[in-house]
Amino acid sequence: MQYSIEADTLKKTFTGKHEVRALDGVSFNVAEGTVFGLLGPNGSGKTTAVRILTTILQPDSGRARVLGHDVAKHASLVRSLIGLAGQYAAVDENLTGRENLQMVGRLNHLPRSTVAGRAKELLEQFDLADAADRILKTYSGGMRRRLDLAAALVARPSVLFLDEPTTGLDPQSRNDLWEVIESLVGGGTTVLLTTQYLEEADRLAHSLAVLDHGHVIAEGTPEELKADLGATVLEVGLDTIENARRAAELFRPLGSHTPQVSGTVVEVTVDNGPESAMAGLRFLDQAGIIPAAFTLREPSLDDVFLALTGRRTENESDQDGDPALSGGRGRRRGSPAMETVGMGELS
Amino acid sequence: MTTTATTAISAPTVSGAPHSDNVGVRLRWAVADSLTITKRNILSYTRIPEALFFSTVQPIMFVLLFRYVFGGSINVTGTSYVNYLMPGIFVQTVAFGSVQTSVGLAEDLQKGLIERFRALPMARSAVLAGRTTADLCRNVLTVVIVTVVGFLVGFRPTTGVLPYVAGILLILLFAYALSWGFAVIGLSAPNSEVAQVIAFPLLFPLTFASSAFVPVANMPSWLQGFATYQPVSVTITACRALMLGGETATWVIQSLLWSIGLLVVLVPLAVHRYRTRI
Repeated sequence: MQYSIEADTLKKTFTGKHEVRALDGVSFNVAEGTVFGLLGPNGSGKTTAVRILTTILQPDSGRARVLGHDVAKHASLVRSLIGLAGQYAAVDENLTGRENLQMVGRLNHLPRSTVAGRAKELLEQFDLADAADRILKTYSGGMRRRLDLAAALVARPSVLFLDEPTTGLDPQSRNDLWEVIESLVGGGTTVLLTTQYLEEADRLAHSLAVLDHGHVIAEGTPEELKADLGATVLEVGLDTIENARRAAELFRPLGSHTPQVSGTVVEVTVDNGPESAMAGLRFLDQAGIIPAAFTLREPSLDDVFLALTGRRTENESDQDGDPALSGGRGRRRGSPAMETVGMGELS
Repeated sequence: MTTTATTAISAPTVSGAPHSDNVGVRLRWAVADSLTITKRNILSYTRIPEALFFSTVQPIMFVLLFRYVFGGSINVTGTSYVNYLMPGIFVQTVAFGSVQTSVGLAEDLQKGLIERFRALPMARSAVLAGRTTADLCRNVLTVVIVTVVGFLVGFRPTTGVLPYVAGILLILLFAYALSWGFAVIGLSAPNSEVAQVIAFPLLFPLTFASSAFVPVANMPSWLQGFATYQPVSVTITACRALMLGGETATWVIQSLLWSIGLLVVLVPLAVHRYRTRI
């Protein structure tokens, strides 16, 4: 199989006030024309991996290749073949959308005659034509992300790196961006995507790796990961802690994973949502316990972590940081997008 | 995919930017990249009202303040106060303006733009070259404005056009050297606010403990040595000599030596900071 991106035992330690081992021997391969998801909480090493693969950082050891070219030895060549869009929406907010894209086109050394046309084409493709000549300060967050992504595509790269492309976006903008990414992949682009959202990885990625403290702790297709994990999380709120403990005991037969109690809430990962929900309600009814809340939801990154490592995600470092979204220790959900959905909405 | 030197530019096919290992092509691209960044900075700068104010209105206020408020109380010998003042205002203005270099670079770092630039096939040198060149262009605008205002309030250089232009060029060179110093600060600061805060404790002694506004002879003796031979004063004195007459060569040479010396030290330092800053 032809790999577009190869990472081989990448290691990177940041020295400074606190020594941070950002990557501790990370390896993965991304097949041509596929989407690869790097899933992990803040500080797990996702951004460091992207920075190394995009020639911004040098690894301490290990090798990385993009389209067969060593990123350290042939950095300049690699830069001409890749596109990078990041979580920071790196565009000049004092320029217009058009000016930003034209600047990137010139810095990519596109022929002078094609720069303006390419910018126009992208603005239309990304639904920014009406805002093309407005200064970016007037753009919404979603528009900036779209422009940032457009800027990454100016030179028609065949390998695209997206570092948390939807972090901080509202659900509508997130969905729009997902559609754009899907259409790019349809056109044959290879994409490496980092995300904190299992839902995003599940929707976009053909294969993924879960990163934790610079280690790959799980690898496979989203289906494989979810099969290991269980497809659905049953989340039940009780009136007292005592009842929560009783409910957890009752729910033991529901899935292969042990039910988790935190406060008055019990969570258990199950394979068949509706069936387990009915069984769970029956158990509660037989025991005379009336739940205060009863929800089925898709598993979040947090649940993946719990299943893989036995602990919740910790967002200890801002290395990958989006402080607004990173949350604190013991955060219950990985994703604001994965709002609790009612039973009826799940198949 | 490896391009040989004979086929300079690989054809921009379906995907990717053109690539070349040819030294001539790369050099041409490096110049084009610097110009692109220069243009971007100038464009960006004309849309920041604070920055425009900083380099247009503020120098006019300084001219008026010293000409009409403080000027009457300051005695200078050999020429009128407005003539004494104007070379000082020129140098003070461009020195203050160089803060924009550090603020701008710190902002680019903060907002992730430099990260984007690093992942583009553009020349590594273009970000710093483009920033300092844009600041040089802005300084040209500033000295034109200050010249006009100066003439309006009674500034009358006595040596003719050529020495005047030479004085202006000396100031612009000095300002260019300072820009590289402030680039180092901008690349070292954690954010643009800190970049601005660091700049002023450096600038104040250089511009005010100088011969810009008052003769050094009236300062306490312990300060006179610094106030005479520090680079801002040296450049002001050289500029006064060029515009108003007096001993010229030694001061002009000293000013040139300062500017060249600063560039020799600061350019590699800034480039090093740019390369190592993550």
